[in-house]
Amino acid sequence: MLSAILPLLLNATLETLYMVSVALAISLLIGGPLGILLATSRRGELYEAPLFQLIAGPVINAARSIPFIILAVAIIPFTRLVAGTSIGTSAAIVPLTVAAVPFLARIVEGAVREVDSGLIEAAQAMGARPWQVVVKVLLPEALPGLIHGITLAAVAMIGYSAMVGAVGGGGLGDLGIRYGYQRFRPDMMIAVVITLIVVVQGVQMLGDWLARKADKRNL
Amino acid sequence: MIRLKSVEKTYPARRGTPPHTALKGVSLSVGKGEIFGIIGRSGAGKSTLLRTINLLERPTAGTVEVEGRDVTALPIRDLPLFRRRIGMVFQHFNLLSSRTVYDNVALPLELAGASKAEIAAAVDPLLPLVGLADKRDRYPAELSGGQKQRVGIARALSSSPQVLLCDEVTSALDPETTRQILALLKTINRRLNLTMVVITHEMDVVRLLCDRVAVMDHGEIVETGITADVFANPAHPVTRSMLHELHSLDTLTDADLSAEEVL
Repeated sequence: MLSAILPLLLNATLETLYMVSVALAISLLIGGPLGILLATSRRGELYEAPLFQLIAGPVINAARSIPFIILAVAIIPFTRLVAGTSIGTSAAIVPLTVAAVPFLARIVEGAVREVDSGLIEAAQAMGARPWQVVVKVLLPEALPGLIHGITLAAVAMIGYSAMVGAVGGGGLGDLGIRYGYQRFRPDMMIAVVITLIVVVQGVQMLGDWLARKADKRNL
Repeated sequence: MIRLKSVEKTYPARRGTPPHTALKGVSLSVGKGEIFGIIGRSGAGKSTLLRTINLLERPTAGTVEVEGRDVTALPIRDLPLFRRRIGMVFQHFNLLSSRTVYDNVALPLELAGASKAEIAAAVDPLLPLVGLADKRDRYPAELSGGQKQRVGIARALSSSPQVLLCDEVTSALDPETTRQILALLKTINRRLNLTMVVITHEMDVVRLLCDRVAVMDHGEIVETGITADVFANPAHPVTRSMLHELHSLDTLTDADLSAEEVL
């Protein structure tokens, strides 16, 4: 019995990890710069851009207020455009990424804003150009907060990835719904839930460990 | 070396706050190798004044000359190059917590695009100069306040500046550490013939460190002169009252302090 579940479980876990890690990487590439800009574009700041501040905030808030399951269905045409199909693990990366970008942008903004403004002034007094302030000061100093926030996002995305199972996305959520729920297999449902708990614990522990290693503020 | 001509700074009105004039036509000049003190109460405008010298604050009127050049006319993209010739030390140190002592001191050179070898050549002799040779690979969180300020000073010196701006550098330190940091600054001034502008609200700092002093009040310089003269014959009421506080603090006894704690 267990031998029948295990290969399915392993495959579904790998699918989940694949979806979440690719979606996380892409959304960091988009949400990261967006978050940095959010944190540095107020009046008198590094990349002063009042118009961006005016527009980006409400847009991000709006995107974040749409429930994920509705978002995933609503953007199916877009998913098809990008991935060529709206079914399967690779297609699921699209809605996951769309949902994670505004989330990560806020997380990065928060972590970067935590950096003492005295450090920005000191860097400017040393002759740092704005991009150097970001790369040499803001990001390294925000690193522990960034790692915490990215871990938070990864865990939330594992949860979301279970929901894309409902729209044919594959992964652990899909396995739980098709085998556990629709075929009345409580053993499969329990196995899926336990696996999810283990995966989330692992991600959280890895994140905590990395954040601790990066944090030199209390030695 | 540094010449300020009728420097004014007015912050524009914001919702709820009227425009605020922090500097009302300040003129001063500082010679090569001189330690120039600017003293005043908090809110007198000394911090703003100091920041006009490296254009962290841009004057709304007047000119700032450094090494004979009007720096207010510099295009924005040339500012970083100009600022590398001016070191700055801060009250709260402003060290990067994620970098070791060595890497903090190396930062200005890194920003200027120096090679690893050039950085080592500049940083290695600086650490013993400020008395931190044994703390090379420590993080700021592992240092005392005085040690952190020594890192701040070494960092300000690493790009071989012509001018050192000191912003209340001893205000977060205890009296004994203050004396050590002031002695270090004096040594550096003599050894490198470095021009220094020092702002402080502590008369003691001026007395121990500065060749000349300007007294600021409400955005204006109300008195200026050789330190010993100003201390001996204070002309302006603000100077007199600040000197008076210094002396009354000197004569405070432990009994007075504990009596105030009870209150």
